[in-house]
This record gives sequence, structure tokens and C-alpha cells, in this order.
Amino acid sequence: MSGVGAARAMGLVVRRELRLGFRRPDQLLQPLVFFLIVTTLFPLGLNLRLSLLREMAPGVLWVAALLASLLSLDALFKSDADDGTLEQLALSGHGLTLIVIAKTLAHWLTSGAALVLVSPLVATALAIPTSAFPVMAASLALGSLTLSWLGAIGAGLTVGVKRGNVLLSLIVLPLAMPLLIFGAAATDRAVGGTDATGPLYFLGALCVFTSTLAPFAAAAALRITLE
Amino acid sequence: MWTWFYRLASPPSVYRIAAVATPWLLAGALLAIAYGTIDGLAFAPPDYQQGDAFRIIYVHAPSAWLSLFGYMVMAVTGAIGLIWRIKMGYAVAAASAPIGASFTVLALVTGSLWGRPMWGTYWAWDPRLTSELILLFLYVGVMSLRSAFEDPARGDRAAALLAVVGVVNVPIIHYSVQWWNSLHQGATVAKMGKPEMPGSMLWPLLSMMLGFMLFYAAVLSMRVRGEVLNRERQSAWVRAAVE
Repeated sequence: MSGVGAARAMGLVVRRELRLGFRRPDQLLQPLVFFLIVTTLFPLGLNLRLSLLREMAPGVLWVAALLASLLSLDALFKSDADDGTLEQLALSGHGLTLIVIAKTLAHWLTSGAALVLVSPLVATALAIPTSAFPVMAASLALGSLTLSWLGAIGAGLTVGVKRGNVLLSLIVLPLAMPLLIFGAAATDRAVGGTDATGPLYFLGALCVFTSTLAPFAAAAALRITLE
Repeated sequence: MWTWFYRLASPPSVYRIAAVATPWLLAGALLAIAYGTIDGLAFAPPDYQQGDAFRIIYVHAPSAWLSLFGYMVMAVTGAIGLIWRIKMGYAVAAASAPIGASFTVLALVTGSLWGRPMWGTYWAWDPRLTSELILLFLYVGVMSLRSAFEDPARGDRAAALLAVVGVVNVPIIHYSVQWWNSLHQGATVAKMGKPEMPGSMLWPLLSMMLGFMLFYAAVLSMRVRGEVLNRERQSAWVRAAVE
């Protein structure tokens, strides 16, 4: 058994992940650029009809955010599994579940939280009023964290598969559909100026549900693919 | 008791039981479906609102029910494999997935055919329809995950875990009609004690349900035999059984 406590071990893993992430800033920026590009595609495809765009904006924003966060999920366990770090972490005596929690939180900080920070820019481009920004940011924050938990399960299951990226999307997207429904509904209500607490509560409930159960499922998935 | 259970769940005994059960299940399925079809299509009275178009319920409702049942069988047998390390659990789960996916497609197709005259559209983005579609995607995900691994044992375990995670969707589909204001009509049969359907319509439907269940079980046991043979192809008893 190692000499460090569980909380400290988790902190170390988070710090290591963040440091590794910021050493390759292009990999952090790519999903964000993808997010911007996808949202640019919609106005072009809709022939710049602004009224149509304004109605579709919450859905467009959410779909783009979902796809952008899927892009980075593949990297969650891949490189650590390839060079054997993951096995060392699994053998560290701290339990794979804790490691999964730390890695997923670090991943969310560099992907989901970054999306939340960029979202006002995209929202302005999509003609979402400024008054809707707080609800939009809150829904994106809750939704992307939930997606990170779901994605941890998918990434754990596909880490041993060659070219598992498409398969990962195939697995995670059906599970993530409720997020899209409630997230877009919350943003849509905020844009319309009505009360958005209902869908936000639902998103919060989903976030709590996945935060409590998904780490165990993701750890079990990793055990299957590692052993 | 456990040794008995493990012996029962050993590949040769599963293979034998499935072989004995298949013809009986098939015969029962044929009888129940024949009665349900004839009585349902020819003798049951037309619905006072939907006319003769309601008769597609005799295919639609049983296949929708079996799409969920097939998923539950897949998830539960997969969990049995994961928890007790019973290999045959995975074989049953692998056999159940394509059947359940087929019933899901059948439920979606018959549902949209029914929707065209009743709702005026083949497809509506309504909670029940959407969640049934998600069920189909889950089936596809589980099946492709299983086949993505080069090591079949690993694929089995990964697919079983994904199936268990996806179970969250099953109650959502089942209760979606009650939770949200759905275009889809509410439950008519499952209300115990007082079904909202006259007996002349209900009996053929129950018979079709039973027939579809038996048909599912028959196809499942046939597929399980195939799975067992394929999985145990290196063992002596399979060679003896095949020759």
C-alpha cells in the first residue's frame, strides 16, 4: 500500500492530468474550435435566415456542445492505457473508482468547463439574448459534467478496442439523449423568458445520479478491458 | 443447491435443455399466434374510433413488449455472467440481443404504420417513440461493442456491462406514456383487474402476447444452441454431439 491518503492521491491525479493537458494546449483547443465551427455551419446551412436561427439556437448550441465533448472523451483513458500508466494507477492500492473520479473530474475541467467558458461567444453569434446566458451556462455545466461521467463508462468500455472512437460515440450518444432534451429545453425557456428551473432540476438530478453511480460502472468497465 | 445450479448452467446441459424445449415452444407459439391472428383479424369487433385499423395492435403491442423483455433478458443474463462468472449467461445475452433488436424494429415499423392513419404521420418526436428508438440504438451499441473485441470473453463482459447500464432506459420507455403527455395511447391491457378493452378484443391480444413470448423463447433457445456450439467448439462433447 502506498503512503498517501485517498484525497491526496486524487488530488495528485487531477494535478497530473491538468499538467499533461496544458502541455498539449492544441489538444485542449481543438474541441473548442470544433464547437465554434459546427455552430458556424448551421447559419450557413440555413441560408442566414435569422428568425429561423434564433428559434433553433438552443438546440444547435447543445448538439454542437455534445459533439465537441465527445471528441475529447476518447483520450480520457487511451494514452494512459497504452503506456501502462493506468495499470500502475490501478495497482496503486487506492481503488480504481477513486482514480476514475479524479481523471473524469480533471477531464471535465479541461473540456466541459472550457465549453461553458466559450459558450457566451457562440451564443452571441447565434443571437441568444444575454439574459439567457446564466441559465445556458448552468445547463451546459451540469450537462457536460453528466456527459463526462457517461463518457467515462464508454471510454472505459472501448479503451481496449482498436479505433474505438466511433463505437464510443455510438454507445454514449443514446445514453446522453436525455441531457440534450432537458439542456436544450432549459436554454430554450431562458431564451423565451420563462422559468427554466424545471429542466435545470432535471439536469441536476441526472448529474447527481451519474456522479454517484457512473464511477463504479466506469471502474468495472476498465477492469474488464485491463485484465 | 449451488452445485446443482452450476451443473444446470454448464454448456452441455444448456445445449440439451434448449434442444428439448425448442419444438414445444415452437408448437405453442404457432398455436397461440394462429388463434390470435384468426380471432383478432376476422372475429374481433372493429374499434368504435379507429375502425379496423386498430387490428395492427395484435402485432404492435406484443413486439413492443418483447423489445423491452428481450433487453431485460439480455441485461439480466449478462449480469448473471458478470456476477457469478457463468459463461452461459453471456451466451444467452448474446443470443437475445439480435432477437430483441428485431422486435424493436418491428414495433417501430408497425407503430409508424399505425400512426399514419391515426395521427396523420408516420413518425412523431414523442417521448415513447423516441425512447423506443433509443432502445434500438442501445441494442446496436451492445451488439457492436461485443463484436469489437478480438477476445470474445472480453467482448462478452463489456457488452454485459453496457446492457446493465442501459437498463436505466427501460422504465423510461415503459412509463413514458404516463409521465409525459404523449401522443401514444395509454396502457390498455396491463391494468390488472379492469382492462380497458372488451373480452372479444382482449383474448386474441393476450393470445398473441403469449404466442410472441413463446416464439421469442423458441428462437432464443435455437440461437443459444448455436452460441453454445460456437463457443465450445474446442471441447470434446461438441465434437461428439456434431458427429
